[in-house]
Amino acid sequence: MNYDSKLADQLKTVPRSGIRDFFELVQGRDDVISLGVGEPDFPTPWNIREAAIKSLEQGMTSYTSNLGMLELRKSISTYVEKFFHVNYQAATEVLVTVGVSEALDLALRALLNPGDEVTYHEPCYVSYSPSVIMAYGKPVPVPVKAERLFSLDPADVAAAITDKTRVIMLNFPTNPTGGIATEEDLKGIAELAIKHDLIVISDEIYSELRYAEGEHVSIATLPGMRERTILLHGFSKAFSMTGFRLGYACAPAPLIEAMMKIHQYAMLCAPITSQIAAIEALENGEEAMLSMKAEYKRRRDFVVNRLNEMGIPCHSPGGAFYVFPDISQFGMTSMEFAMKLLEQEDVAAVPGTAFGECGEGFLRCCYATSFEELQVAMQRIEAFIKRL
Amino acid sequence: MSQDALLDLIRNEARLSHADIAARLGISEEAAAARLAALEADGVIMGYQAVVNQEEVLDENVSALIEVKVTPEKGGGFDKMARRIAKFDQVSTCYLMSGGYDLMVVVTGKNLREVAGFVSAKLSSMEGVLSTATHFRLKTYKESGFTYVGDSDSGRLSVSP
Ligand SMILES: Cc1ncc(COP(=O)(O)O)c(C=O)c1O
Repeated sequence: MNYDSKLADQLKTVPRSGIRDFFELVQGRDDVISLGVGEPDFPTPWNIREAAIKSLEQGMTSYTSNLGMLELRKSISTYVEKFFHVNYQAATEVLVTVGVSEALDLALRALLNPGDEVTYHEPCYVSYSPSVIMAYGKPVPVPVKAERLFSLDPADVAAAITDKTRVIMLNFPTNPTGGIATEEDLKGIAELAIKHDLIVISDEIYSELRYAEGEHVSIATLPGMRERTILLHGFSKAFSMTGFRLGYACAPAPLIEAMMKIHQYAMLCAPITSQIAAIEALENGEEAMLSMKAEYKRRRDFVVNRLNEMGIPCHSPGGAFYVFPDISQFGMTSMEFAMKLLEQEDVAAVPGTAFGECGEGFLRCCYATSFEELQVAMQRIEAFIKRL
Repeated sequence: MSQDALLDLIRNEARLSHADIAARLGISEEAAAARLAALEADGVIMGYQAVVNQEEVLDENVSALIEVKVTPEKGGGFDKMARRIAKFDQVSTCYLMSGGYDLMVVVTGKNLREVAGFVSAKLSSMEGVLSTATHFRLKTYKESGFTYVGDSDSGRLSVSP
C-alpha cells in the first residue's frame, strides 16, 4: 500500500527530528559518554517515589477530575504564588497535563486558526516548530545571539510581528542554550504583546534551575500580562520526574477552559500516580530540589571553565542544565563536529542545528551527568580539538 | 567556601583528589589541600574507610549490637566505663544512649562464638557492667548511606530532546 498517500498532508510538512537522527548514531556504540540527554541524571527523590508507591498500595488507580486532582491544583496554586508571585485560582485557572509537552500542544491548538503565526526564539526546544505546524499555525522563529547571552531582543520580535501573529512563545531559561531573559527584554516583549494584543505562551519548565544572580521573573508578573499569559510549568526538570510525565498550565479561566476542552477528549486526565507524586514534590520536595540544583551549578561552573580554558568560547548560562559552546572556529558544521567527536572520542553532544538553523556553529552539551563523566568528557573534547 | 561543602563532598566520596575537590567546589587546588589538611589536623576528619558490602565478603564476619547497662560513676556520668569498653579492638562503635540502656556497643568477630565469647568473658564480667543484651545482625539493607539494593541503571536514553 502507498501509505504516504494515506497520511495527513500537514504531517508531511513536519521535518524529521534532528535529535532522533543523532540518537540512532549514538545507540550503536558502547562506552559513549553522553552529553546528549535532556533530562536529569538524579533519580526522583525517594519521598516522591514513596508517595507514588503508597498510593498504589492503597489502590488509588482511578481517573481523576479532567483538570487534575483538586488537592494537586491547590498545591500548584500555592507553589506558583510563592515561587512566581502570580495568583491562580485552583478551581478554574490551573490545568494538570501530561508534561509541559501536552500543555504546549493544548495551548497552541486552543489558540491558533489555520495560518496564524507564532513568534518564538531559536535555538529552542525541538518540539516548538512541529507543534505549531501540527496546530495548523506558521512558525516564525527569531534568532537569539550568543553576544546577548541568548536573551531575546524585543526589536527582533517587533520585526517579526505581522497582522497574522497571534502568539509569542517563550522559554527562559532556554533549552538548548541555558540562556535567561533580561528583565528589560521581558518588559519590551510584554509591551509588544500588549500593543499587538497577543497571547504569550511562556514555557518556564527550567525556572527553578536558575544560577544567575536574582530571582526568576515570569513574564506573567509584568503589568498587564497575567491576563494574556499562559504559564507552563512541570515536574520533569527541577524535581527530576521526567518519566512521571506531569506538567501544568496556569492561565485565566477562559483560556484554561479552552485547553481543557481538548485535554478532556484527547487525554481525559493525567495519570493519578504521577499526580500524587507531584503533590509530595510540591509539599516536601524543596530540599532535594535545592541540593540537585547546587550540584548542577557546580557542574556548570566546571564545564564552562574547562571549555573556555581549552579555547572553546562558551558563555556561562544563567539556567537549565545545558551549555551551548561556539565551535565555529574549527571549520566544520555542527553536525560534522558532533559526528567526529562521537567517532573519535566517544563523546555525544547534540549539534546546535537540531534546535533550529541558527544553532549552526554551536553544540548542546548537557551537564546533567556525573562529575566524573564530565571530567572525562572534557579531557576527550580537549584531546579531540588538539588534533584538529 | 564553607567547611560543610568540603565535608559533604568527601563524606560521600573520600577518595577525591585535591584537583577533583578544587574543580567541584570552584576553588584552587592549593586551597582544597590546605582546607583538607586543616580538617585532618583538627581531628574533624578522623580517617578514611571503605564502605564494604558485607553480603559480598566471603570470609563472613558477624557483628552484634549490644545494649549495655552500667552503674553510673561517682558524681554521675558514664565516661570512664564507656572509654574502657571502646578501647577493645573488637568494638567498632560505642555510643552513650538515652532510653532503656546506657551504652550501645557494636562488636565484630569472625563468628558467632567469638562475639559471644567476647561478651561473656570481657564485657559482662567488667566491674560496673550490670547487664548486656546481644542482638546479632542478620542481614544488611543499608550501610553508611549506601542501600544494598540500590537504584538500577535508570535506562535513561543517551540522546533526548
Ligand atoms: C523547554 C522544554 N519544554 C518542554 C519540555 C518537555 O517537558 P515535559 O517532560 O514536561 O513534557 C522540555 C523537555 O526537554 C523542554 O526542554
